[in-house]
Amino acid sequence: MTTATLTKDYYRFKPWNIGRAVIWSLFAIALIVAPMVFRSSLALTMLSQIGYLIIICLSYNMLLGQGGMLSFGHAVYTGMGSFIAIHTMNLAAKGSLPVPLLLIPLVGGLGGMFFAILFGYVTTKKSGTTFAMITLGVGELVASMALMFPTFFGGEGGITTNRVYGTPLLGLTFGPQIQVYYLIAVYCFICTALMFAFTGTPLGRILNAVRDNPERVEFIGYNTQRVRYFSFIIAGFFAGIGGGLAAINFEIVNAADSLNGIRSGGYLLFTFLGGATFFFGPIIGAVLLVFASILLSELSKAWLLYLGLVFLFMVMFAPGGVASLIMMNLRVAKFGRFKPFWALYAGLVVTGAVMVAGAAAIVEMIYHMQLNAALGPQLPFFGVMLDTSKPASWLISAALLVVGGVLMELVRRRFVLAWGHAQEFIEAEIKRREAA
Amino acid sequence: MTYALELKDLRKNFGKTEIIRGVQLAVNAGERIAIIGPNGAGKSTLFNLISGRLAPSSGEVLLNGQRIDGKRPYEINRLGLSRSFQITNIFPKLSVFENLRCGVLWSLGYKYTFLRFLSNLDDANERTEALIRQVGLERKRDVLAVNLTYAEQRALEIGVTIAGGANVILLDEPTAGMSKTETAHFIALIKHVTVGKTLLTVEHDMGVVFGLADKIAVVVYGEVIAFDTPAAVRANARVQEAYLGSSVADAQGGH
Repeated sequence: MTTATLTKDYYRFKPWNIGRAVIWSLFAIALIVAPMVFRSSLALTMLSQIGYLIIICLSYNMLLGQGGMLSFGHAVYTGMGSFIAIHTMNLAAKGSLPVPLLLIPLVGGLGGMFFAILFGYVTTKKSGTTFAMITLGVGELVASMALMFPTFFGGEGGITTNRVYGTPLLGLTFGPQIQVYYLIAVYCFICTALMFAFTGTPLGRILNAVRDNPERVEFIGYNTQRVRYFSFIIAGFFAGIGGGLAAINFEIVNAADSLNGIRSGGYLLFTFLGGATFFFGPIIGAVLLVFASILLSELSKAWLLYLGLVFLFMVMFAPGGVASLIMMNLRVAKFGRFKPFWALYAGLVVTGAVMVAGAAAIVEMIYHMQLNAALGPQLPFFGVMLDTSKPASWLISAALLVVGGVLMELVRRRFVLAWGHAQEFIEAEIKRREAA
Repeated sequence: MTYALELKDLRKNFGKTEIIRGVQLAVNAGERIAIIGPNGAGKSTLFNLISGRLAPSSGEVLLNGQRIDGKRPYEINRLGLSRSFQITNIFPKLSVFENLRCGVLWSLGYKYTFLRFLSNLDDANERTEALIRQVGLERKRDVLAVNLTYAEQRALEIGVTIAGGANVILLDEPTAGMSKTETAHFIALIKHVTVGKTLLTVEHDMGVVFGLADKIAVVVYGEVIAFDTPAAVRANARVQEAYLGSSVADAQGGH
């Protein structure tokens, strides 16, 4: 066996990775087709935001998932990218700086990179908790400094721009939202591909090693500070591109909103929800971020509460995020053990829906009493009229919550059992195949 | 002549406590040295001083005639000295292959590059495959390091240590926690992978020590009290008194 593998051709042979080609083609097609399928202006707004947030969340995961760097200040690099981009656009519109709109995201990227070089030198000196604390400090510093330099940051009102300037390129003015979407989509695809490529380079792999065991990396010839610093700069570059696209999309940047810790926390939260352990996790995270901040916030005033609960349950039950849930189930399916889980998942969804309906009804009634009491005791809730003054509404909601909760717990126990069996089977199967 | 590794009056204090008290040691290229001594004698501290994990309080460490004391671990590694750890110290979420490839990259000059694909680095991949066979982990090539058995992790630890092609290898208790049969197998592995290299190893198992080493250095209370061939060390009265004949050695299973 050993002599066979000694021949050089063994690892020179690189088959064209069909699976990978299919996935990337699907990604490209999804980006192209999405606005044709979802035609409303709301959908287009959401798609545009998803596009640049994918870049931002992926760049954030370069730090969190690939490098083990828990940054609380990623918005600094997206935000600074936005500001540099918007000032460049204004200068270009005045005719003093000939930069076409197509290249504005790159300018934002260089801006983000510049500030990553500047601040990253300090933050990446340390790892772990100390790194997290320093990024938090730098983030707050930049956010508060922004209000001290109103000429650059525009003070409370922010900086505005007009993305339609210069001579149209091939008839593209980038005035209509659909053109902006496709600009974002192209950048999204290229940046995603580049960031994926990064995971296959020496620096990308050593970054994983630094995440796993920084001490040992020092003993195989690498300076861990350098590894973190260089990766941080690259992440800052992509963050800046995302920021530049955001500036083009909104034509306004506001320091109070785009640089602060809440924004950074959002990137962290949704990158985590999407799944930091897999490359594609943050893409899911970006989609969730837009759905939560646009749709959920329309639906309910209590959306941040729901979001917090989702985050809480995710950390407790699926710390690998949505991506790891998908991959774990795919693994079960790959070993042909998925069959019993159809019914179990259906059970979880139905009982879970009952429980959530009960809980949400109670939350909504409480919010209604606190915020909208003047509108009377009645509020609509998914086609039903709830009445905060009648005990029936409260009792039925509570009953749904309790019954749903109890049933869900019963299903969950059977699920855990079945899941354990499936995992045992898979482990045994892997051992068997190894031995064979 | 220059030695592969030379320690000159090396000292280390932790606060007021002097742990290493003027160690002198000169190792010729290609020699296998076992460092023995009772628990707390300062053997691991000595390794930490040599490999740059700790900076000495005074004294010199010379690698092939060049001062390396006070340098950072990665600088020392680049000069051709590599070490393993007593407690397994690998990259748990990377596969066996990736662990070893990480160890190979710097020595082949790839540094921090992000402009080339790992899959195209033929020399690195070839060397990694060869390493996998050397440490006998072919069947575990794509298994995450965290999922290996203890003995396999120890083998991987050795693999990562020798991956960069360093000429001076420091192994800190490579067989700690292994069964008798695993130990015998492992010593053969160590001998095999360190052919032509200078080897220093901390070891508790006397059977291993006398089977592996060309020379033995006996460290007691932060000093090298004897440095000679196994036979001479065995016959040395000071060593017998201070270490081999003591209850400590008996308790540690000297045989």
